[in-house]
Amino acid sequence: MNIYVVMKRTFDTEEKIEINNGVIDEEGAEFIINPYDEYAIEEAIVLRDEHGGEVTVVTVGDEEAEKELRTALAMGADQGVLIDVEDLDEEPDHFTIAELLAAYFKDKEYDLILGGNVAVDDGAGQVAPRLAEKLGINQVTTITDIKINGTSATIERDDEGDVETVEAQLPLVATAQQGLNEPRYPSLPGIMKAKKKPLETIDLDDLDLDEEDVAAKTRTVDRYLPPEKEAGRMIEGGPETQVDELVGLLKNEAKVL
Amino acid sequence: MAKKVLALGEVKDGELRNVSFEAIGAAQTIADGGEVVGVLFGENLQAHAEAMIQNGADRVLIGESSELNVYVTDAYTQALSKVLDEESPEGLVIPHTSAGKDLAPRIAEKLNSGLVSDVVGVEQAGDEIIFTRPIYSGKAFEQKSVTEGTVFATIRPNNVAAPAKDESRSGDITAVDVSISDLRTTIKDVVKKSTGGVDLSEAKVIVAGGRGVKSAEGFKPLEELADVLGGAVGASRGACDAEYCDYSLQIGQTGKVVTPDLYIAAGISGAIQHLAGMSNSKVIVAINKDPEAPIFEVADYGIVGDLFDVIPLLTEELKKVKTEA
Repeated sequence: MNIYVVMKRTFDTEEKIEINNGVIDEEGAEFIINPYDEYAIEEAIVLRDEHGGEVTVVTVGDEEAEKELRTALAMGADQGVLIDVEDLDEEPDHFTIAELLAAYFKDKEYDLILGGNVAVDDGAGQVAPRLAEKLGINQVTTITDIKINGTSATIERDDEGDVETVEAQLPLVATAQQGLNEPRYPSLPGIMKAKKKPLETIDLDDLDLDEEDVAAKTRTVDRYLPPEKEAGRMIEGGPETQVDELVGLLKNEAKVL
Repeated sequence: MAKKVLALGEVKDGELRNVSFEAIGAAQTIADGGEVVGVLFGENLQAHAEAMIQNGADRVLIGESSELNVYVTDAYTQALSKVLDEESPEGLVIPHTSAGKDLAPRIAEKLNSGLVSDVVGVEQAGDEIIFTRPIYSGKAFEQKSVTEGTVFATIRPNNVAAPAKDESRSGDITAVDVSISDLRTTIKDVVKKSTGGVDLSEAKVIVAGGRGVKSAEGFKPLEELADVLGGAVGASRGACDAEYCDYSLQIGQTGKVVTPDLYIAAGISGAIQHLAGMSNSKVIVAINKDPEAPIFEVADYGIVGDLFDVIPLLTEELKKVKTEA
């Protein structure tokens, strides 16, 4: 089975966000594999071990993302691909990323393309369904279980807390939801092996694309931090007094009752 | 400049979700005096279509098919594409729900258009429509506009104002012939886990428990409080990891991001990942034994105390308030 994972490098979820003139300050921040993409990588490895084949992890970014690709290889993926967009003049958007990935997949054979259902930084979740549409293939989002049976997959997906079981034809784009699995940590031998695994870097020229082919269709006007919240009010006293006062405040001050 | 804008409503389990009206509200801002066309898919849509009109749509298109009763990617993509082909709108709004998140990017790619997802605010600035959306799970915000294609956004439930209901409004309700074929995914089974009936993402009140709840049994008082308030129960990752409750209840950076009017955090310390999922709630109440718990930094009202004392008392007190009202 040919399994691909589309991955994004993101800020560590512990990081505090700082913004200067509408630009997110990345100085000194820790980066990780997007946690939802980690589920996708883990699932790809498990499915390959069961059905045979190869796992290729693809990311769009700059050379910094090689670190996260190596982590994926250390977990057990077979090869990594970096689509390098460092030379792009304009800021890419979801359309840009989907076009780049679609161009990469044009001459590939794939049974399953996995990804996270959303990236924890941008939180849009657009790229995977856009890619599926561009490739003209099936999609199932927010999956929590997947079994491959020949030319189709039996999938459990999260639908706002409900569990939907579906039968989906391959080839398929599927996006991971929390609960799909528990991603492994790279082992020391895994890390050693990863150093020798193939990691290919390609750019727009390699994909026969011009910058205007992938030009963003949205514009970021501004980025900012939410206003600091004023210190809240601590309600003193025993439980009865506290509850009485709280109910009064919710009713008369906050007006939410 | 006046535009024609489509607002997709969402019917789930036979009910028209409130976010459908919020989509009309967003569409009105984008339309700038132009026409807002509601769109509904499923069966038995007449009454829902009338509700869309009373809540601000100028007319409504309904695509009736048994294959559209439950959301399936291919079926909805085909149905909405048909409507878009016929109407060629300049704007499109879809709810940022489980279905909308799956559908909208696919439609955007089909339209060769930009899309701004998970929008919490819509405003007009000159000829441009500016969408505000949270990033880094609400730790920051960005404002975006669509520069090419359809002015297209998905809106997060509970954030964009719905137009006021006006029962005297009237408008055309037109059936659209939607023929669905070649579905590549079929639904075999659905297990309902959201027992309370109030969906976390649309809940006006959420009572959430953390490790301090101590057991699955410990969630009972929280459920009773949520019942009295007509709200939903949520949880921190800690409570889910400890198996006190299902992961479907998890609120946080991984998990659901919620913005209710009232968020009551009980026994939740307030790790940064949890705060990311709820800190934009309108009013936050924190109940925790530890006065140093970080949750108090985002709380509007804090109670240092034992949740097992405070929550039942609060439930009783609110019952009284509700019967008085």
